[in-house]
Amino acid sequence: MRPSRTSLVVGVLVLLAALAPFALPWLKTPVILALGNGLAALGVIVLVRAGQVSFGHAMFFCFAGYAVAFAARLWKLDTFLLLPLGTLAATLAGALVGLFVVRYRGIFFGMLNLAFSMMLFAVLGKFTSITHGSDGLRFDRPTVAGLTLERDAFETVLLVASLLAAVAAGVIVMRYFASARGQQLAAIKTNETRLEYLGISARRVFFGAYLLSAALAGLGGSLFALGQGLVTPAMGYWVRSGEFVFIAILGGAGHAVGAFVGAFVFEFTQLYAAALLTGAWQLALGVVLIVIVFAAPTGLFGLLSKWLRPARVAA
Amino acid sequence: MNTQLFTLAILDDVSYAALLFLVALGLTLIFGVMRILNIAHGSLYAVGGYTAATFGMAIAKYGLPPWLSLPALFVAAIAVGVVVGTAMEVGLLRRILDKDPILQLLVTFAAFMIIEDLQRLVWGVQPYFVSDVVSQLGTASVAGITYTRYQLIVLPLVALSAFFVLRWFLSSTALGRQITAVTHHREVATAMGVNAKRVSLLTFVIGAALGALGGALASPTTSLVPGIGAEMIVLSFAVVATAGLGQIGGAMIAALMIGLARSFAIYLAPELEVLAPYFIMVVVLLVRPQGLFASAEARRI
Repeated sequence: MRPSRTSLVVGVLVLLAALAPFALPWLKTPVILALGNGLAALGVIVLVRAGQVSFGHAMFFCFAGYAVAFAARLWKLDTFLLLPLGTLAATLAGALVGLFVVRYRGIFFGMLNLAFSMMLFAVLGKFTSITHGSDGLRFDRPTVAGLTLERDAFETVLLVASLLAAVAAGVIVMRYFASARGQQLAAIKTNETRLEYLGISARRVFFGAYLLSAALAGLGGSLFALGQGLVTPAMGYWVRSGEFVFIAILGGAGHAVGAFVGAFVFEFTQLYAAALLTGAWQLALGVVLIVIVFAAPTGLFGLLSKWLRPARVAA
Repeated sequence: MNTQLFTLAILDDVSYAALLFLVALGLTLIFGVMRILNIAHGSLYAVGGYTAATFGMAIAKYGLPPWLSLPALFVAAIAVGVVVGTAMEVGLLRRILDKDPILQLLVTFAAFMIIEDLQRLVWGVQPYFVSDVVSQLGTASVAGITYTRYQLIVLPLVALSAFFVLRWFLSSTALGRQITAVTHHREVATAMGVNAKRVSLLTFVIGAALGALGGALASPTTSLVPGIGAEMIVLSFAVVATAGLGQIGGAMIAALMIGLARSFAIYLAPELEVLAPYFIMVVVLLVRPQGLFASAEARRI
C-alpha cells in the first residue's frame, strides 16, 4: 500500500522537528514547549469535534504541571514516572470537572470551564505557603530511567519523549475520530437530539471525549513543566486557555496535525514577535487570529490538505 | 462577626455590585441582540477606566473646575462606547454573525488581545489612581460606619437609574421595542421591517458604553493596572450566567449575590475572595442549568 500524502507530510514534519534541534541546539527547549502546547491544543481539537470549545483547558495543563512539580520536589520521582503521573492527575481532575460541565453546551460550556480554571488559578495564587504564589514552583532536574543527566542530555531525552508522545497522541486521536465513538462525538455537533433518539447518551460520549482531552492537556502540561523546570499559576490563566484554542484554530481543528502545526507557528511567532515588537505581540496574534478566521477558517493544515487531497476522486 | 463588620460587608457589596451590574448589563444586552458573547467586554471596562483617569488628571492639570470630575466619568464612558464600540461592531462583530459560534468567540477573544495590548501601549503598565471625585464628595456615616458618599450614594444610584432607564427604554420607546423584537427573533423582526443592522449597532454601542461606565466609575476607587479587563470579563460573565443569559432584572440580583459572597469572603476568609463568585455561579448552575431567571427554551430538532 502506498502511504498517503498526509502521512508523508507528517513524517517530514516529525523528522524536521527531531533533527533541527541537533543542528541548532538552542531549538531544543522551544520545540519541547511547542510540543507541550500542541498536545494541549490537540485536547481542544477533540472537543471542537463536538462543536464545543473550552476556555479553561489550561487548568488541566497547569494541574498536571503542578502535580509533576510537587512529585519531583517531594518524592524525587523519575522523569518516566512523572509524565504518566501528571497525565493521570489531569485525567482525574478532568473526570471531576467533566461530571459537571458535560451537561452544558456552547457558551455555557466554554465559560464554565473558564470559571473552573479561574478557581484553580486563584487557589494557586493565594495559598502561597504551599504553592509559592505567582513565583511558582521550581524543581531540580529529575533522573531519567535512574540516570542523572546533564542539562543537554536531559533535554535530548525529553525532546524524543515529546515527539513520541505527540505522534502517539495524534494517531490515537485520529483513530478515535474514525471510530464509532468518534462519529457519535461528531454527531453532538451536527444534531445532539437525533443522537439521543438513537439511544446513545450524548453526555456519556462527551464525557469520554472530555477525559481524553484533559489527559492530552495533562500530558502537554507535564512535558511543558519538565521542559522548563518551573511551574507558575500563569500556566493556568484563562488567556492561556484562549491561546490553546487559538493554536488549534490556527493550525486547523480538522486534523490532529493541525494542533502541532499551530503550536510551532505560535511558538516561533512568539519567539520573534516578542523580540521585534516588544509589548505588542499579543496584538500581532490577535490580528493573525482574525485573518485566519476570515481567510482560512480550516486553519493552516486545512489549506495544506487541500493540496494533499487530489481533486479527482480515484475510482 | 459583629454588626459593624456586617454593615461594612453589606456596604462593600452594594457599591461593588453596582459596578458589576453595569458591566454585566452591557454584556447581557449585547448577547441578547447579537447572540455573541463578547470576550472583549472586559477590555471596554478597562479602557473606560483608563480614559476616565486620563480625563480626571487633565481636569487637575489644566485647573478646570473640580465639579467637572463627576460628569467627566460619564463623558469618558460614552466616548469609549461610541468610538471603540462602533469600531468593534462595524469592523468585526457584524461580519461574524453567520459564523460558527466557536469562531465568533475566537474573534472577540482576538479583539480582547488587540485591545489589551493597545491599552498597554497607550497607558503603560504603571498603576493609575485618580480619586479626586471621592474626596470631593466626602464621607457619610451609616450605623456608625464612615463610608465615602461616592460609593454609598453615587454608585448604587447610577446602577439603579441605568436599570430603570434601560427597562423603560426597551419597553416604551419605538427604538427600544425594536431591540426587544430583534432579541426575540432576528429574522422575524427583520421581516417586520426592523432594521436589524442599525439595532445591532445601537445595542452594541449602548452595551459597550455600559461596560466602559463600569470601568469609569470604578476608576476613582480602584487602581488601574493591566489585567483588570481580563478579570472583569470573567466576573461579569459569572453574573450573567447566574442570572440567565439576556436577563436584565436577574443580573441585578445576581450581581448583589456575587458581590455579597465576595465581600463576606473578604472579611471572613480572605483567601477565598476570588473563589466566591465562581462558587456561587457553579452552585446556581448545578441546580438551574439555564441560570436563575431564564425561561426554558424550546428545543430545535
